[in-house]
Amino acid sequence: MIPELGNFALILALLLAAVQAFFGIAGPALGRERWIAAVTPAVAGQFVMVATSMGCLVASFVANDFSVLYVAHNSNSALPLFYRIAGVWGAHSGSLLLWIFLLNCWTVAAAFGTARLPREFSARVMGVLGTVSLGFLLYTVITSDPFLRVIPPWPDGAGLNPILQDPGLAIHPPMLYTGYVGLSVAFAFAGAALLEGKLDREWARWARPWTTAAWAFLTCGIALGSWWAYYTLGWGGFWFWDPVENASFMPWLMATALIHSLAVTEKRGLFKSWTLLLAVLAFSLSLVGTFLVRSGVLISVHSFVASPGRGEFLLTFLIIMIGAALALYAWRAPMLKSESGFELTARESFLLFNNILLVTACGTVFAGEIAPIVSLALGLGKLSVGPPYFDPTFLMSMLPLLALLPLGIHARWKRGGLGGRGRILLIALAAAAVIGCAVAFGVFTGAGVLSPVGMTLGAWIIISSLIEPIDRLRRRISMSRSVLGMTIAHIGLGIFVFAITAVQAFTAEQDVALRSGMIARDGGYTFQFQGTEAVHGPNYGGVKARIIVTRNGKPVTVMYPAKRTYWVQHIVTTHSAIFINDGSNILVALGQDLGNGRWSFRLQVRPLVLYIWIAALIMAGGGLLALTDKRYRIEPSSAEEAAKALSAGGRTP
Amino acid sequence: MTRYLIPLGVFAVIALLLALGIHQAPRKDLVPSPLIGKPAPSFSLPSLANPRKLVTSAQLRGHWYLFNVWGTWCISCRMEEPELLAIAHTGRVPLIGLDWKDTRSVALAYLHEQGDPYRKIAFDPGGLAAIQWGVYGAPETFLVNPQGIIVYKYIGPITPGAWTRDFLPRLPAAAHAVAGS
Repeated sequence: MIPELGNFALILALLLAAVQAFFGIAGPALGRERWIAAVTPAVAGQFVMVATSMGCLVASFVANDFSVLYVAHNSNSALPLFYRIAGVWGAHSGSLLLWIFLLNCWTVAAAFGTARLPREFSARVMGVLGTVSLGFLLYTVITSDPFLRVIPPWPDGAGLNPILQDPGLAIHPPMLYTGYVGLSVAFAFAGAALLEGKLDREWARWARPWTTAAWAFLTCGIALGSWWAYYTLGWGGFWFWDPVENASFMPWLMATALIHSLAVTEKRGLFKSWTLLLAVLAFSLSLVGTFLVRSGVLISVHSFVASPGRGEFLLTFLIIMIGAALALYAWRAPMLKSESGFELTARESFLLFNNILLVTACGTVFAGEIAPIVSLALGLGKLSVGPPYFDPTFLMSMLPLLALLPLGIHARWKRGGLGGRGRILLIALAAAAVIGCAVAFGVFTGAGVLSPVGMTLGAWIIISSLIEPIDRLRRRISMSRSVLGMTIAHIGLGIFVFAITAVQAFTAEQDVALRSGMIARDGGYTFQFQGTEAVHGPNYGGVKARIIVTRNGKPVTVMYPAKRTYWVQHIVTTHSAIFINDGSNILVALGQDLGNGRWSFRLQVRPLVLYIWIAALIMAGGGLLALTDKRYRIEPSSAEEAAKALSAGGRTP
Repeated sequence: MTRYLIPLGVFAVIALLLALGIHQAPRKDLVPSPLIGKPAPSFSLPSLANPRKLVTSAQLRGHWYLFNVWGTWCISCRMEEPELLAIAHTGRVPLIGLDWKDTRSVALAYLHEQGDPYRKIAFDPGGLAAIQWGVYGAPETFLVNPQGIIVYKYIGPITPGAWTRDFLPRLPAAAHAVAGS
């Protein structure tokens, strides 16, 4: 009964999405007040239906209803409740439903956020969002219904793959999807502006917080995914230029460019058509990401088993959606006029460089991503592109971006120049170079060419970002939250560059065999093995080792690397022990039982690695702080206040 | 004015190529790789276990083998591992691994812990040999005959069903398959 209810709710949601899309776009176009008035109820109705459907799928998982094929494939009665719920997005159909659910959450939030904007504009935003939702709902209902029954029901489910049973992975897809889907709001704002044929600085002010919010979620989602990959996939690395990682990274690069271009549009009324194009491209890339991940054209780390028909459907949807947006752009964008010009050394120029470099970086990733498909299409054979391509090409656009950042944040709008900050920036660069070289050659050993450069750039970004807040603090001038947020995000980027350079250049690792009581040394730490003991979990059993870690004779920590055997699937997984000391990441992994009480271990010390993810969170935090700025709060219009006063007045006798 | 049409034009080209790509590519998981029916690319790479030894395509001539591209960083490869062990256990055809974009010590530790289904493993940290084989995403598995011709290519984790449906019928009777190593 519950799965049928979920399926029915999904079909109702599909119909309501069509209503929302049609009235949202046609209402303002034809000037029909009643059509516009129908949009909000459709949004509310669709949300309720999608939430019901999502609830039904979660309920089927919680109740272990193995008559539902999707549940039978992705869950098991021995699974803890938390992972039964996470199993909802463990495969294709459920992930799509989650996607649609999040899109509806964003839509409702956008409905509240745009309630005080002009009614036509708000209706158009809802109309565009309704179109996106319609496409995904059609796709789910036609090709990927998660509520299909299986007769007879399975006695028990196949279980969730143990690799997916991890808190990081359980929250990674919702977080990443929240970011992906959030870009649909920026896309809808751009679509509404294009439909209206009008874009002013106010528009940019309305669109900025939504873009920043989506960007912050996307940042957290990518960071979580990379953390999870680092920690689950054998401590080998945190970024592999894998097609699925690239699929999430490209919209991020575009969204980053969009945030900066929106700043220019809001402050100066420039880059209007460019901003619109970026908004369209950022969301298009998240759709292309979906396409690449799910069509079966690529099969990779997280992609799900392909099924015929799905790829064609997604491609058709993609072409209609992006094609229509770009056609609209080609028609309307020439009407948008820039409000003024600027000098070569003005902040506008630096933000233009920022945009060019970010879009170039995104383009190189896209080219690497799509080259194999293109070569297949042209009959040139399957081609693959790996890190030897991505590493240098990406670095080529990132190095100038990082080097220009400190100048850009101090350059003045319009007239240009550094406003008397030239000397202090030069001092900051000298200090950064001293710090960079001191750390690269003094603290660590074996520095290459790029490590002092990377550390200097990181330090320069951090120091130069601090100049403004320190100056304001000294002169007792307050700082708006958006400037503070920007400063924090840039400091996060500086820390990120510093940390990633340290990790790439100075990681120490080795394999050792130890008997109880024996000692090994690695990366300045001493490790003493103190024997093993058995462990028992809800659906696994295993063994863990005890390792005492010391540095210069002082105790640091006790570590327990473990191995688990999952009973249902008979799969052994390794759970390395991780400890953070002075920002360095110590890892101990339990290897094999070598007999006679001897075990093999992998020891690894990665300096500053944790700061990669801390930096990403700082960046996201800066974004979230910026969007709480007073400037983005939309005050009630005077007409609305008058209406309220009138109704209040009417009630008093 | 026409410059505003550029994005649409670029998109049209990409969409066309994607459409052609998806049309030519996967009927489910079978990829009509242009390499099928062609000689397997020759390679000479250090062995994963012993960097001083080489694994070369010449050594593999004269026998059927499965060429499996994997990496410890790849979840689908980890999902495939139990099936690879089962295939190795049947003894029907030896598995030759290509450890792709990996770290030697991590890969060795992984094989120690999870079991090693491979007869030989070539180590390709830079990913150049994989490019020759037209590998896009791991895992990919090629079936190569004694003449060194690629008979079949499978993309994604091998399932028990795929093994019996797609690989077994293409292999000769059991006795010939494992002759020598």
